[in-house]
Amino acid sequence: MEALKQELKVKIIEVLNLEDVSAADINDNDALFGDGLGLDSIDALELIVMLDKDYGIKLTDPKEGKNIFASINTMADYITANRTK
Amino acid sequence: MQNDNYITATCRIHNNEMFVDGQSIFKTQAADFAEFSKKAYQHLGISYPKFFKMDNLSKLAFLGAELLLKPEHHQSNTALVFANKSSSLDTDVKYQQSIADKGNYFPSPAVFVYTLPNICVGEISIRHQLKSENSFFIFDAFNANLMCSYANLLIDTQKAHAVLCGWIEYFNEDYRAFLYLVSPNGNTIHNKQSLETAYNQ
Repeated sequence: MEALKQELKVKIIEVLNLEDVSAADINDNDALFGDGLGLDSIDALELIVMLDKDYGIKLTDPKEGKNIFASINTMADYITANRTK
Repeated sequence: MQNDNYITATCRIHNNEMFVDGQSIFKTQAADFAEFSKKAYQHLGISYPKFFKMDNLSKLAFLGAELLLKPEHHQSNTALVFANKSSSLDTDVKYQQSIADKGNYFPSPAVFVYTLPNICVGEISIRHQLKSENSFFIFDAFNANLMCSYANLLIDTQKAHAVLCGWIEYFNEDYRAFLYLVSPNGNTIHNKQSLETAYNQ
């Protein structure tokens, strides 16, 4: 699980072009949206694509994203339970 | 009767160098535009993380606007009138390449949103809190006549207090930006001839 969390931090920084942010700057419980990393709605769509591309998870209900993408911890839990690759 | 308007400031960005009012203010060695634009961003002391999410056309326009728009322009009625030759083709091509393989089909929303040239106008408006008139034209080459007429019309009809105009061309690492501010007060008369002179500096 810890390896997956680290992997997610690196992927998020790369996919979302988070300049001047390192994996060490992101705590597992930090909010990814709002006051946390300050991600926006387009970033949310990119994360949905990332789930599909890298973990074989297709989100059919966009409303699910709010809970899944709350933090690195919630993302890692969801991916672990639902990944197909 | 049409009033005279004036060019109050100009900037040019090309070949890894930025000029304001004809004077070089930044020059660097860079392997590509991504490296140049990052160095220019750092040189200007900008703190705006969204810059790194923009496509190259928007980065080019953003840097030019940073050079000319001052705090007094924020939330002002400064219109934006931009143009170029290649539209958003640089990003269009990248997006098309990303969806060409049906076996690896993952369209990127973050790339897709930049497949329109006037997105760069929106980025500038957000940055400087402008809720003003804006247009983006596609021409074969810098059209001083139309740009001049359009900016004058906006000011003379009181649609805008000032106009930030720009030629923002970017395709395949070949880039050139020429931006200028037009307002009712200044020293350099705003007409076709003065624009062509400034553009060809």
